[in-house]
Amino acid sequence: MIPEQVIHEIDSTDLLERTQIMKREGWRLVQICATTLDAFEMSYSFTIDNRFEHFRLKIPLQQPILPSITEIYFGAFAYENELHDLFGISFQGLKLDYAGNFFKTSVKKPFATSMCVIKKGEAGV
Amino acid sequence: MSERTVIPFGPQHPVLPEPIHIDLVVEDEHVKEAIPSFGFIHRGLEKLVEKKDFNEFTYVAERVCGICSYIHGMGYCQAVEKVMNVEIPPRANYLRVFWAELSRAHSHLMWAGLLADAFGFENLFMQCWRIRETLLDVIEETTGGRVIFGSAKIGGVRRDVDNETLKRCAAKVASAAVEFEEIKKVFRDDYSVKSRLCGIGMLSRDNAWELGAVGPTLRGSGISTDTRLEGYAAYRDLSITPIVETACDSYARCMVRLHEISQSLDLIQEVAARTPEGPVFEKPKGYPNGEYFARLEQPRGEVIYYVKGNGTKNLSRFRVRTPTFANIPALLHMLQGCELADVGLIVLTIDPCISCAER
Repeated sequence: MIPEQVIHEIDSTDLLERTQIMKREGWRLVQICATTLDAFEMSYSFTIDNRFEHFRLKIPLQQPILPSITEIYFGAFAYENELHDLFGISFQGLKLDYAGNFFKTSVKKPFATSMCVIKKGEAGV
Repeated sequence: MSERTVIPFGPQHPVLPEPIHIDLVVEDEHVKEAIPSFGFIHRGLEKLVEKKDFNEFTYVAERVCGICSYIHGMGYCQAVEKVMNVEIPPRANYLRVFWAELSRAHSHLMWAGLLADAFGFENLFMQCWRIRETLLDVIEETTGGRVIFGSAKIGGVRRDVDNETLKRCAAKVASAAVEFEEIKKVFRDDYSVKSRLCGIGMLSRDNAWELGAVGPTLRGSGISTDTRLEGYAAYRDLSITPIVETACDSYARCMVRLHEISQSLDLIQEVAARTPEGPVFEKPKGYPNGEYFARLEQPRGEVIYYVKGNGTKNLSRFRVRTPTFANIPALLHMLQGCELADVGLIVLTIDPCISCAER
């Protein structure tokens, strides 16, 4: 059966502690993603058995910094390097830092801005 | 102490169908470190969602990759349908599974051929691709395309397939399955195949889990998981048993994929026989407003589609986390300590799809 979508709103200061708990309980890190809105909306997804849950936190668009979770889930280095290169988000304590050479794009931080604007009159049609 | 040398592997290499660049730090023909870099075919497809109508974007989603194209379109549709609370008709669900399993089988057959070619077994390569042609013919007969199916649509599927055609296609798939068993024997028993794959590219069960590996890479390390067990589309009506091998090496990953080809060919025949009558499309109303993380099983493993709608025709965000990207940390781990001559084979055993990974 498809699991219910569960999103836990957390503060960035609680990220490491909450991630540590997930690791202890045996959850697998599935992905990390960012959405550019009025702030970066971060989603950390985990799975165990037939459960699929997410952490949601927001960080400012200007000088975005987050603690790295690579100390807990080493495999997160791929997502964190990707987020650094495409969104310009810095991760403190990143265990494998490719220093901006992981995703080589002609435009730096191409996903750091969003063209998406809600146009009046289109909503709810 | 031996001198360390950096050898660039890719973006152009005989075993790589697509461009990825890995700097190999080697010492005495042994890889000490592998440093990847992406960007050769980064197209920024996720960004296009801000410009394209959410219905039109289905075509873009299908073009994330040319091998598992259909499941990309299907996964995107499934995520948007969840946001819009659209329940698609049962017949559409069965047709989606029919095409998804054809995608899986032809993708794995293509990979098996490439693997055989990489270790110099050219005849085996040709046999794999010969059988794959039968499946591509079935895809062409039912969708009109051989690479891009163009059949995914939010609310169902774009075209129906009559029951006679389904039966005829199932018969073709059944004969392909018989022929494939002959080829599988060669992969399973041939000395030269085993000598190139057994004990190469070890990935322990713990490391596979820790590094976030997915799909056959994870199942080849003894972990039983398959997203199809969640029961999306028509999988809820079908019996799926994850294919698991415990040797944790390249041979195990190869055998997982070969058994999955047989499983997919069986599923295609089962779906063709059980597809219910009825409509294939339910028109969605309004614009997507909300968010959803959809999870499906691609040929290369678990794939995530995240969509976030804001009540307009353009989505705020479309994100696809592809299985190849999830398998990169595991690949880098496997490459550490291997011999330089095995690098190509080990890279192939995660079945890398770089256009997926870069989007």
